[in-house]
Amino acid sequence: MQLSIALIVLVLSLIVFSIFYRGLPSLTWEMVSQTPKGGYYFGKEGGVLNAIIGSLYLAFGATILALVMGLPVAMLMNIHLRKFKKLVNGVRFLLDLLWGVPSIVYGAFGFSVMIFFGVKTSLLAGIITVSLFILPIMIRAIDEVVRNVPVGLLEASMSLGSNKSQTAFMVYVRQCSSAIVTAIMISFGRAIGDAASVLFTTGYTDSIPTSVMQPSATLPLSIFFQLSSPIQEVQNRAYASAAILTIIILIISVLSRVISNKYNKNKIS
Amino acid sequence: MKSKISIQNLNLSIGKNQILKNINLDIPENQVTIILGPSGCGKTTLLKCLNRLIDLEENVTITGSIFLDNEDILHTKSDLPGIRKKMGLLSQRPYPLPMNIYDNIAYGLRINGIHNKHIIRESVEHNLKQVNLWDEVQHRLKEPASRLSIGQQQRLCLARGLAVKPEIILADEPTSALDPLSSTAIEKKFVELKEEYTLVMVTHILRQARRIADYVVFMYLGEIVEHGTADEFFNHPKQEQTKAYLEGIFN
Repeated sequence: MQLSIALIVLVLSLIVFSIFYRGLPSLTWEMVSQTPKGGYYFGKEGGVLNAIIGSLYLAFGATILALVMGLPVAMLMNIHLRKFKKLVNGVRFLLDLLWGVPSIVYGAFGFSVMIFFGVKTSLLAGIITVSLFILPIMIRAIDEVVRNVPVGLLEASMSLGSNKSQTAFMVYVRQCSSAIVTAIMISFGRAIGDAASVLFTTGYTDSIPTSVMQPSATLPLSIFFQLSSPIQEVQNRAYASAAILTIIILIISVLSRVISNKYNKNKIS
Repeated sequence: MKSKISIQNLNLSIGKNQILKNINLDIPENQVTIILGPSGCGKTTLLKCLNRLIDLEENVTITGSIFLDNEDILHTKSDLPGIRKKMGLLSQRPYPLPMNIYDNIAYGLRINGIHNKHIIRESVEHNLKQVNLWDEVQHRLKEPASRLSIGQQQRLCLARGLAVKPEIILADEPTSALDPLSSTAIEKKFVELKEEYTLVMVTHILRQARRIADYVVFMYLGEIVEHGTADEFFNHPKQEQTKAYLEGIFN
């Protein structure tokens, strides 16, 4: 056991080390404050500000959309549909399958829907596609915790005269707040880090999007483009972009821990 | 003796298991009714029928009627939350809501449309005093309810139930997780509360039943064996099974 822990820690630290070892020298103020100057990330000048902003817009948008859709579903499965265990287990199975579908499939699906409606690559199309991609993760992560809420709490709330939806959003949400924050975290991490689902749907550009109907750059795609360059300096810029992505996720993690600890104190055991 | 709840020909099965068999019972108003019986005899299920929490269970078939003030609550069209609100529930172990102490009591008022801060504040104080908890918590109303001791939590749950102004209080072995002092506090409160409320309490503690019961129902294997006033039941039991149970030689 100690060996496997050591191995995991070693591999993960190597990844982080190599990102920062190769990325830090290129991680200048220019990188985070300017848009690229060489066209589609192939140049050595400018920065990846467009990708940082694009990725943040995309991940926040998709996470909020997935939360708005996913939280009620997780509550519905465990409170309103309590009596229909077979149905709910079927839904769980389906969601687990969807969790495993590669993101490129969501990208292709989003793309075909976009063609159907005649929509061009845009931030909005990306947000919707990515939100679908993280929805199963969001629902199942919340569901796993909501299903373990003691039934006594449900009965207590109902016996005070609250209906099922009040119980869901005023009692269960508080009881599971730290789990919901964790679910948001995981989903956000997947959303901001995924390249395949945004490739066809969000597109790429050198400028910062000013409306949701414009295409947008994203960090994972900028890493992809920069890494595929034969020029060493541009490759190093890919590592710098990866470092930025890692730092963003780190900040979000710390923030969410702080928030969830703040709300967790009311949880009953 | 006026009856508050009247149960008629109640049968209940979960899947193929019949849990309650032909229950006929009148629960007297403004008295403490104790439902006695060994574990697994259907006491809790009967209680859950009264406030229709049984609806949350799977595969339940239920026939018969339960009249609350002449309304059949098993077949009613009026809203369930409204019926449940009339019956405060005290469960085996306390489940405070995941909020602070103040909000635990305010919650019931808020979901019932009362948002006036002044009224809520007064209700919180009044109901905490009702259960003798006010002196212990008045300076820490904003603390999470989960930090209270189990005994305090159970009293908080009682206060929370009283705040929505029920007519009946249902209690399912409410003292089984409590220390003797907290148990006595709850028992004393129950006796006081019967002035205003009808109380139905499930227990398997015979001595507790003797202490507070006005009316006793004895159940065994899903059937009512005997029911009557406390005096009749404890001093002149009619059924052999009851006598055996009271003497403690019951298997």
